[in-house]
Parts: sequence; C-alpha cells; structure tokens
Amino acid sequence: MATEEHGSGLAIHPMDQFVVKPLFGDGPIEWYTPTNVTLWMGIAVLAMVALLVLSTRRRAIVPSRGQSVAELFYGFIHKMVEDVAGHEGLKFFPYIMTLFMFVFLSNMLGLIPMSFTTTSHIAVTAVLALLVFLTVTLVGFYRKGIGFLSMFWVSSAPLVLRPILAVIELISYFVRPLSHSIRLGGNLMAGHAVIKVFAGFAGAMGIASVVPIAAIAAIYGLELLVAAVQAYVFTILTCVYLRDAVGDAHH
Amino acid sequence: MATEATGGSEHAVGMPQLDFSTWPNQIFWLLVTLVVIYFVLSKVALPRIGAVLADRKSTITNDLAAAEELKAKAVAAEKAYNEALANARTEAAKIVAQAKAEIQKDLDAATAKADAEIAAKAAESERTIAEIRDGAAQAVAEVARDVAAELVAALGQAADAKTVTAAVTARLKG
Amino acid sequence: MEGEVAQLALMGKYIGAGLATIGLGGAGIGVGHIAGNFLAGALRNPSAAPGQMANLFVGIAFAEALGIFSFLIALLLMFAV
Repeated sequence: MATEEHGSGLAIHPMDQFVVKPLFGDGPIEWYTPTNVTLWMGIAVLAMVALLVLSTRRRAIVPSRGQSVAELFYGFIHKMVEDVAGHEGLKFFPYIMTLFMFVFLSNMLGLIPMSFTTTSHIAVTAVLALLVFLTVTLVGFYRKGIGFLSMFWVSSAPLVLRPILAVIELISYFVRPLSHSIRLGGNLMAGHAVIKVFAGFAGAMGIASVVPIAAIAAIYGLELLVAAVQAYVFTILTCVYLRDAVGDAHH
Repeated sequence: MATEATGGSEHAVGMPQLDFSTWPNQIFWLLVTLVVIYFVLSKVALPRIGAVLADRKSTITNDLAAAEELKAKAVAAEKAYNEALANARTEAAKIVAQAKAEIQKDLDAATAKADAEIAAKAAESERTIAEIRDGAAQAVAEVARDVAAELVAALGQAADAKTVTAAVTARLKG
Repeated sequence: MEGEVAQLALMGKYIGAGLATIGLGGAGIGVGHIAGNFLAGALRNPSAAPGQMANLFVGIAFAEALGIFSFLIALLLMFAV
C-alpha cells in the first residue's frame, strides 16, 4: 500500500471504509459469510420496510406523514417510468422501484458516519447494471424479435453513414452497463474517500482543523445531493434503456 | 499492488472494490437483498400504496361529484326561489291593478253622481234666480206704475190707470 | 538497481494518476455547459422547463460518467496497478 510504505506524514486511509469484513470473527470471506455487506443491505431492507410497508399499514385516505413519504416515492417513480419508458414500461414498475429503493437507501445509509456503503462497490453496482442490461436485451428481443436490432440501424441517417453509426451504436450499447455501474460506484466512492481525506487533514492540523471540518460539512451536504441524484440518475437511465426495449420506436 | 482480502482491523490494501475475493459474497447478498425487496414491494407495498392512491382518487372524484350535485341543487333552489318571487310580484301587481281599477270605477261613479247633483242644484238655483228676477221686474213695473200715477195726480191731472200702465210698460220695454 | 526501478515506476504511477484527474475538468466543463444551457433555455421559456428536467439529469449523468472514468483510472493507478 503506497501511502504507508513510503511514509508520508499523514496517516490517511481513505479506502478503509470500503473494506468488506466478516461480521463474526476473522475467517475467510466465503460467498455465504455474513459480512458488513450483509448487515448494511439488511438495514436497507428494514429501512425500505419501515418506509413503504409499516408507514402505510393504516391505508388512510388522509395520509399520515410516513404514508405521505411512501406515496411520494411511489408517485415519483411511477410517473418517471410512465413518462420515460412509456405505458408499456409500467409492467416493470416493481422492478425499477426495487432498484431505486435499494440504491437510494444504500446511498443514504452510507452517509451515516462509520457505516458501510454497499453501492460504492463495483461488484454491487456492476450486478445492478448487468441486471438492467440483461433485462433490456432479453425483453427487447422477446417483444420485438429480430426487429430489436433495428435500433442500431439508424434509418434517418444517410445510407453511407449507417454502418459506421451502427458500429458506434453497438459499442455504446455494450458500454452502457459499464458506465451505468461505474457512475454510481465511482460517485459514491469518490465522495466518501474525499470526506475521509479531509478527516485525515483535520486530525493532523491542530487548531486549524476547523477548515477541513467546515469543508467536510459542506461536502457532506453535497454528498447528500449526490446520493439522491445518483439514485435518480440510475433509475431514469434504467427507464431510458427500457424504452428501447418496450417503446414504439428508436429515436 | 496487493489486492487480497484483509481480515479484521488492518488498513485497506489497494482498492477494496477490486478485491475480487469478496465479490461472490457481495453478489450473493446483493441478489438476496434485491429478491427480498422485490417481493416485499410487489406483494405488499406497491399494491397497497396503489390501492390507497386509487381510493383517494375515487374519493376525491366522488366528493367532487357530490359537490357538483349540491351546487346544481343550490342553483335549482335559487331558480325556484326567484321564480316564486317573480310570480308573487306579478300576482301583487295584478291585485294592485285590480284594486286600482275598482277604486277608479267607484270614483268615477261618485264623480258622476256628484256632477249630476251639482247640475241639478245649479238648475234649481237658476230657476229661483229667474223667478226672483221676474218677481223683481214685476214689482219694479208696479212701483213705476204707482209712482207714475202719483206723479200724474200730483201734477194735477186725472190719471187714467190704463194709459199710465201702457206708458210705463212702453218705457220699461224701451 | 531494482529499488530504483520500483521508485521510478511508483513515480510514474503517481504522475499518471495526477494527470488522469485532469479528465475530471472536462467533465466539469461538460456538466456546466449542460446546466448553463438548460438555465438559458429555461429562462427563455420557463413553462417548458419542468418537462425537461429528466433530460437535464440524463445529460448531466452522461457527461459526468466520462469524468468518472478518468477518476477511476486515477484510482486504478494509485491503488491497483
């Protein structure tokens, strides 16, 4: 590890927060081992249940505060799916809601100090993005058959350009899961690492550490925004990709 | 650089994200989590919230419809009230006109009667006046005759009553 | 001799990581361009602005992703190479 081996004065370990640890003991991490990943994903599930199930158990016509929040989430994602992916996309509403709730809650829970951010791991975001990619591809072929490939053949372009555009479209199609996952993981990881770096400065600067602490407060606010926006972006991009599969025409 | 797992509380080596030995673990728990969330959402939460929202929508629609109905009723009631008012006004106007006509009739009759009485009285008065005037003229002629006879006598002539009367009458006519 | 080579490689790694972060500036330009143009358009036609919020975020996301790639390369150079 570079920062330690070469003895810089500051002992900053911005990546420590991302280490996957077993919850019990020090054993090797097998695929079934309960780790801090398990813990924080479980907390995300509990938060989701509290937010969307417990708060709505009274099914009030005039909603309580908790139920209003649940309805807000529902309405927000429902409208997004309907607007972006079209009416056909509403069949995938529970799926997209699952993605959104998981990403949003994981991002938010990750901002609790000392917590573990599951969505900052490429493994997690890559699986999420690959799920979206596979869903879109399979649904596209299932619904449109071979006609799904016509989205790569831009019929509005001049004939000479079409093969070139087809190659570009094809590449961009396969880059989608990569950018989709790296965007989310990278944003989260960068923000958290920056906070840790500033925290390291604060430990080493004595009285002047009010500056990095103020900076941390500001960055924390920004990170709240980033957490929400990245969940939104992840979801809306899922809807955009889904439109290719279920929508009427490529544009 | 090293990318193997670190156990316990040691510092991270490299990027923990690229420590592929933890990937199966993360992917496994992620899939478990997603499946749990998906089932909770699709079996419990989303149908429930959707039902509540649909309920609310229908309640609001019903309330709006009821309000619309009440409004229509209010409008109808106002219309009926206005109609009744207008009817009452017409009725009142009719009654007033009738009463006026009756009074006018009575008045006309009374006026005519009064006129007739006044005319009768005037005629009688005229007659009386004529009588009085006639009486007065006769008295004047008599007085004139007497005075003429006296005058004639005083002048020393014998007054012939017939002649005097004729002379006085001629004078009075003249 | 071996140590010197290792030092040199380390130096190259750090320099490379630093250079890779320049790419984030490009992402910043791109995001600013999108947001600025959105604002300009929204001020011209405020009634159309709410309907374009989704496009705004998608555009920002695409622009930002490329910056994140360069950030990722910096991280890879720092920690994984």
